[in-house]
Amino acid sequence: MSDIILQLKDLHKAFDGTGVLRGVDLDIHRAEFITLLGSSGCGKTTTLRIIAGLEAPDRGRVLLEAQDITAMEPNKRSVNTVFQNYALFPHMNVADNVGYGLKLKKVPKAEIAERVKRMLKLVQLEDYGKRMPDQLSGGQKQRIAIARAVINEPKVLLLDEPLGALDLKLRRQMQLELKRLQKQLGITFIYITHDQEEAINMSDRIAVMNEGVLEQVGTPNEIYYHPRTSYVADFVGNANILHLDGHTVAIRTENILMDGEEFCTHEAAVEEKSFAGGQLRILFSLADGQKITASRFGIDADIQVGSRVRIGWRPEHAVAVEDGGR
Amino acid sequence: MKRKKWPFVYVGVITVITYIPILLTVVYSFNASRISSVWEGFSLKWYGELFRDRDMGEALLNSLILAVLSCLGAVIIGVTGALGMYRKKSRLNDAMAYVSTIPIMIPEIIMGMVFLSLFSLMGLPFGMVTLVIAHTAFCIPYVYSMVKARLVGMDKALEEAARDLGASPLRVFFDVTLPLIAPAIWSGVLLAFAMSFDDVVISIFVTGPTVNTLPVKIYTKLKTGVTPEINALATLMLAAVILLLAVSALLGRKHSKRFGTKNPGRR
Repeated sequence: MSDIILQLKDLHKAFDGTGVLRGVDLDIHRAEFITLLGSSGCGKTTTLRIIAGLEAPDRGRVLLEAQDITAMEPNKRSVNTVFQNYALFPHMNVADNVGYGLKLKKVPKAEIAERVKRMLKLVQLEDYGKRMPDQLSGGQKQRIAIARAVINEPKVLLLDEPLGALDLKLRRQMQLELKRLQKQLGITFIYITHDQEEAINMSDRIAVMNEGVLEQVGTPNEIYYHPRTSYVADFVGNANILHLDGHTVAIRTENILMDGEEFCTHEAAVEEKSFAGGQLRILFSLADGQKITASRFGIDADIQVGSRVRIGWRPEHAVAVEDGGR
Repeated sequence: MKRKKWPFVYVGVITVITYIPILLTVVYSFNASRISSVWEGFSLKWYGELFRDRDMGEALLNSLILAVLSCLGAVIIGVTGALGMYRKKSRLNDAMAYVSTIPIMIPEIIMGMVFLSLFSLMGLPFGMVTLVIAHTAFCIPYVYSMVKARLVGMDKALEEAARDLGASPLRVFFDVTLPLIAPAIWSGVLLAFAMSFDDVVISIFVTGPTVNTLPVKIYTKLKTGVTPEINALATLMLAAVILLLAVSALLGRKHSKRFGTKNPGRR
């Protein structure tokens, strides 16, 4: 397995007395694509800003290649960030934006020009060097922001919801491009998003964050098929969380079986039916009042709201989870 | 239909009460006659007389020096203040912002009296030094509020991005912050310059017997009636103001074209 490049040790941070990070421990491997996944306010951006040095933790340490950088100035860390709204300098053209980090390192002008050119080629915007940022589209700005960070050859690249402002189609395309870029450059990417699809598509590992702690860290498969907590099961897999005989289990909506099938041992009433995104979603309520959602492809016209059916699930689809902090 | 006429009424009123008197001043500055109400033909002789008037020249120079120095002082203090309050979030921020801009609202006559008693108390000799101190003081709010508005509208991530890319705090200021607030500084300076250059009330209180500024000079001259020489001076000053406004508007347009944003303060 690859060696560890960045370590977060017991990070704590509070703003105005509210704990945003409550003990974050994470080891990040060299050249991996790791995603911090969580809803807004879970502390993922604060974690990123602490790694970048833009925020200081109240407690805990950040180690980059075993060196403690917790108190190091952001401009001295070989870590670069792609900001959420690009943060391109509006008074500099694209080439000056991309070359800014090298200029600060006093790299000779000819070499800067050469490397900027190569970098623009890498993000497929070769002829845009002379443009001003406001003459670029959102997707182009995004690529320039990535180029501006990557040109400095950071040991770790931090990406703060970089695709959040793009439309869906462009976002899909950029997901693939980012992944390709990461493989090509061999740089560690720490990616932040609240979009579980994005996380599953791109990441080698996902760290699911909730209320200032990491709920689970693992490969997309582990997170999706073996959620450890009810929060992870719900956030990543849109699973039903049920309390049965003193246990909490997660069952994903597509695994809920309906009338006539084997394992259907629970009496349930149909409460709602809706059709969206090619999927039919049916909300049931069990005899003890717990709600269960089932999803199916296609429109199943036979199921009537108000009718009573028998539902169930295969035992292997009911994953025991810990109760999350929600 | 009727509503459409209102803009014309408005423009008409403005024209009658403002622009016609201005136009008359300009026209009479070219009048050959000494008496304002009689037109005796076109002449540039009052301009010649104006340029030969050494007192006037000295007063103009004083006014320019005063305006430049007080703008400089106002920029240094106003920009530092705006930056400081933008950076350090404090519960006193609102109060401090209020305190910083309120001098704009204080009647000039009171400001003048206050400065007069302050300088007397300090035992400062009245002259250019007292003028510069007083003018700097009332110029600060203009620069401060322009720069503050610009900073509030600025994306904080820009400075962070520069830090992240390896810039020291000083480099961030010169590479990112200053270029971005420069238009606001210019707007503030332009306003402050205009305020300092045409100030009569405060200047009269704090100037010494030997130093005359142009507006004070004009004011004292007017006591003996409007002379064609004053008309000529007013015309020149008008021309300068119009030129300045044109340049500022042009710069503003170039700026908003480039950054796609409206320049704060120039609406």
